[in-house]
Amino acid sequence: MSPASSVLEHIRERFSDHVLETLSFRGDDTVVVKRDALLSFMRFLRDDPEMSFDFLMDVTAVDWLEREPRYEVVYHLYSSGKNRRLRVKTRVPDDDPEVETVTGIWKGANWFEREVWDMYGIRVKGHPDLRRILMYDGFEGHPLRKDYQKDLRHPTVPSLDFPDPEKDVRRVIKATDLMRGSGREEGAQEPEKD
Amino acid sequence: MSEGTENNFPPGEYGLEWMEREGDNVILNLGPTHPATHGVFRIVVELDGETIVNCDNQIGFLHRCFEKESENTTWGQVIPYTDRLNYVSPLMNNVGYVMAVEKLIGIDVPERAEYIRTIICELSRIWDHLLCIGAALVDLGALTNFWYFWRPREDIYDLVEELTGARLTTCYTRIGGLMADLTDGWIRKARHVIRETIPNAIRDVDRLVTKNRIFMDRTIGIGPISAEDAIAWGFTGPCLRAAGVPYDLRKDQPYLVYDRFDFDIPITDNGDTYDRYLIRMEEMWQSLRILEQAFDQIPGGPINVENWDVILPPKDEVYENIEALMAHFKIIMEGIKVPPGEVYHATEAANGELGFYIISSGEGTPYKIKVRPPCFAIFSAMPEMVRGHMVADLIAVMSSLNIIAGELER
Repeated sequence: MSPASSVLEHIRERFSDHVLETLSFRGDDTVVVKRDALLSFMRFLRDDPEMSFDFLMDVTAVDWLEREPRYEVVYHLYSSGKNRRLRVKTRVPDDDPEVETVTGIWKGANWFEREVWDMYGIRVKGHPDLRRILMYDGFEGHPLRKDYQKDLRHPTVPSLDFPDPEKDVRRVIKATDLMRGSGREEGAQEPEKD
Repeated sequence: MSEGTENNFPPGEYGLEWMEREGDNVILNLGPTHPATHGVFRIVVELDGETIVNCDNQIGFLHRCFEKESENTTWGQVIPYTDRLNYVSPLMNNVGYVMAVEKLIGIDVPERAEYIRTIICELSRIWDHLLCIGAALVDLGALTNFWYFWRPREDIYDLVEELTGARLTTCYTRIGGLMADLTDGWIRKARHVIRETIPNAIRDVDRLVTKNRIFMDRTIGIGPISAEDAIAWGFTGPCLRAAGVPYDLRKDQPYLVYDRFDFDIPITDNGDTYDRYLIRMEEMWQSLRILEQAFDQIPGGPINVENWDVILPPKDEVYENIEALMAHFKIIMEGIKVPPGEVYHATEAANGELGFYIISSGEGTPYKIKVRPPCFAIFSAMPEMVRGHMVADLIAVMSSLNIIAGELER
């Protein structure tokens, strides 16, 4: 048995009630845990001497539009002591998009979780500072959701008004006109005839 | 704020409720465009006198929807987007992305391509460190070093231009290989650059700065971070190694051909701004060592896999052979068919771990691409690092962290 799959074995033994699925693909190990067990499971992964996943490398989400539950929140962990990686996923339904924060376990989760909220609209419960991060305050919608149209023009961005050829046309004032003292204002009303 | 003065900056309206409190503290706004911010981002600092009480980093001004755009292009069309992530060392992003896709497809590129990728990665590492150190010194008022480092950077730009046809937007790698082989005489020119121009410039700056009293006063003990904190914040790269954690993917999980070279991973103990400078200086020497060995070892042979499902067939085949024409058409119009699944692949970029998490649903376009940029985690820890320091130190710390807005905000 390879050392990587022994990690999954160990996890299945310890957390058999909470682990929904484990799989190994192209050398990447993945564990899917129930949402309510996420926090205790993460704490186990960091603190258990067999696991000791001390780095949280990345947090992101995936929108599986057709599936039920719709979202997955994905955590990438790395253990510097054991030199191995693990991907942890938890599934989040569309009607209650919320996960618990892991900032209490890894401080670095702060900005990554803000990005998950910003891009996917998944609330992070207990997060110390849940603001948008890449989009601005007042932005509507969550752009990385699959049903967010790519070419949507945002209401707060002013639309491009093309000049009206009837009203907005500008007349070139000849330099010779200016020298004769005819200003822009009066010239704009009635073009002078030479 | 003294009485009678009108408050022109009510923090609550800017999402900064934590700043709305009693007291005499001054709120200073740096950015979004400010000469000292390398890229467009905003730092709001709360000051007691000149001492930093709190600071808030706001990013997103350079957000270019990399991930959303990637979901609407073919796998191959994402490569030029990756140039714009870390635009100081674009070749490394090219390599990181295609390696992730190759891992998902399950193909190995020929040995010569692996060597060329290693060479361009190490050249980019030097390229990146030269700019980071040079710009960090400019922020401390030492402009000369920037020009000393500009000379070798210009030489590297010339090498890259000869290889890729572009100086910045390289787009050099392909899924399953490379855009083109090394040009004739490229290795000879590159050897000259890594033996003459780069070492001379590093020595010049080393003599001018490393034991300079002013530089040491400005950087020693400034913005320190402990090993435990660095790990908890997800630091990688030079900033982590400066804190004493010897984590480097080139040694820990060797990719490409890094296991064939003899090189060291420098570490220091204090994790302050001065140590980050020392680490970057030493890493450039180590990269030069790797380059010398790579130039000696590089084998001949093809640079692309012989699999027309993945890589474009040679042009003369396309014109004469119907199979090649069909393969060309399918890759251009539909994209490479990547088998369904998901992988995370990380490479050691100049700033730290650059990870690509990609998901394929079996189509010609990616289902999702997530970039794990190294400076995202590092920048989020900055408020903790600068608390209690002076405003001028904030600039020193920020430039030593090497924030590249292109990959920070994607």
